[in-house]
Amino acid sequence: MRNGGMSLDLQALHDLARRCRVNIVRMTHAANSGHPGGSLSAIDLLAALYGTRMKIDPNDPNWYDRDRFIMSKGHASPAVYSILHEIGYLSESDLMSFRELGSVCQGHVDMKWTDGVDFSAGSLGMGLSFGLGCALAARMDDSERNVWVMLGDGEIQEGEVWEAFMAADFHALGNLNVIIDRNRIQNDDFVHLQMEVGDVAAKLSSFGWSVKEIDGHSMKEIVDALQWAETHNSGPAAIVANTVKGKGVSFMENNPSFHGKAPNDEELALALEELG
Amino acid sequence: MSAPSSGGASRDGYGKGLLRIASDPRVVVLEADLGKSTKSCHFRTEFPDRTFSMGIAEQNMMLVAAGMASSGKIPFASTFAIFTERAFEQVRNGIARPEITVHICGSHGGIHTGTDGSSAQSIEDLAIYRTIPGMAVITPSDDLSAEELTVQLVNHDGATYMRTARNKTPRIYNEESVAQLRIGKGSLIKEGEDVCIISCGVMVIEALNAAEILAAEGISASVVDMHTLKPLDSELIGQQIESCGCLVTAEDHSVIGGLGGAVSEYLATNVSAPLEMVGVRDTFGQSGSSSDLMRTMGLTVDDIVQAALRSISRK
Repeated sequence: MRNGGMSLDLQALHDLARRCRVNIVRMTHAANSGHPGGSLSAIDLLAALYGTRMKIDPNDPNWYDRDRFIMSKGHASPAVYSILHEIGYLSESDLMSFRELGSVCQGHVDMKWTDGVDFSAGSLGMGLSFGLGCALAARMDDSERNVWVMLGDGEIQEGEVWEAFMAADFHALGNLNVIIDRNRIQNDDFVHLQMEVGDVAAKLSSFGWSVKEIDGHSMKEIVDALQWAETHNSGPAAIVANTVKGKGVSFMENNPSFHGKAPNDEELALALEELG
Repeated sequence: MSAPSSGGASRDGYGKGLLRIASDPRVVVLEADLGKSTKSCHFRTEFPDRTFSMGIAEQNMMLVAAGMASSGKIPFASTFAIFTERAFEQVRNGIARPEITVHICGSHGGIHTGTDGSSAQSIEDLAIYRTIPGMAVITPSDDLSAEELTVQLVNHDGATYMRTARNKTPRIYNEESVAQLRIGKGSLIKEGEDVCIISCGVMVIEALNAAEILAAEGISASVVDMHTLKPLDSELIGQQIESCGCLVTAEDHSVIGGLGGAVSEYLATNVSAPLEMVGVRDTFGQSGSSSDLMRTMGLTVDDIVQAALRSISRK
């Protein structure tokens, strides 16, 4: 994967995302806690990112010149762990120990605990700033490594995110790419009922970013947008991905109650049946 | 020790220290529109390619520093002490928790800051950073020690907070004595037998002056420059309790959680000895000259002398 992703085709990416969805519901069920909704909305994006772009090395997780992925919405950790499992960083038993004492699968992604995790998240609004620091360092090193940051749409209510949007344009960071998981639901309720974030693409454009808005569940659109972002080097690039919270499990889809609630036994069985 | 009479402010020492470690290409400096005040501006002038303006946006600055550190850099991020506090949770969750080495410098610490008024006078920074696991907390007493300790930070593993002062104070050290300083080891500047005054920052010179006044009354006082509040040099405190039998702490900071608090914690769980604390008494400052404010807030040489007499009387 040092050359960029696993070169998967669209069908293989779909299969990868489906396997990850299965593990997202299994690990949250096993932990009886966690955040399935925002993991399921993000997983097509992550499957495509790791499947086609990320220059990393599972045999050398700390390879200095690897691409960095910053999961700023760190509660969607099951999405990250399920991908890391698929590419060999985490075992089945690691996944099933999610949220247990001493587990490498901490409740929120944590670089101190897990190989393959580049940022310690859990407090929203900090990841883009961290990614900006990674991108500045890469430029100082004259390295071609890329920095990818995933933000939630509720998360961009945090002021620090806008400090970072401004700074990324000011420092003209062409190696910094952001994916916004626009699933329209946050912890308490729908985003438009908590604090509507509005036309995110227009706001980012006005902050000097180059932006593409896509269907975050169309693998073709995702793959194309990721390629565009990586090759867009004149400044920071953002992909606003319109997604469905809980995507792939009918009773979780667009349902605010599955932001931070695990499936019970019956719901797990139903979900696994739907996911095939 | 003969103290040279003149010196700069400790923030000047920070600026000079940065220049001395610039030969390490990993060193980067982050500013939040206060480089002329924190004195990181000198580094910017010499090394503009390694100085990053983050605008008036401290929360972003802290996490950018963390990201750079995770990619092999040694970041020094500075602004006013009070404005680092705006990013407290970023420091806690984004820097210290993942054990990332970022060096934060907060200038204009304490009441000594003066005329800008209470909004700029951080009296709680040392306390709050002391509560963060693994974080070292440093407050140098003069420009030379600030420079020396800044230079030592480049080899320090783990997040640190250093407070510097806005205004000039007389030098405590000379070029020879300052080289003996070590992060985490208190500096015994004067040895006495009757009371030990443990001081930090701009109060160290006041503690030395208090010791002279006490000497004229036949009282022999030790003076410690406890430039590192965390990790606290408890061995030195233990030795001083043995030789002097009572303590005074002196700090330009709230007595809640600062040097007085740290020494109290040591006493409460180790050995019993009288302790009197000179510091800010759960109140905010106001505008005024440094000397007027320090008098109003009970942070003068006379306050230390009176505290020493009270501490001795409680033996």
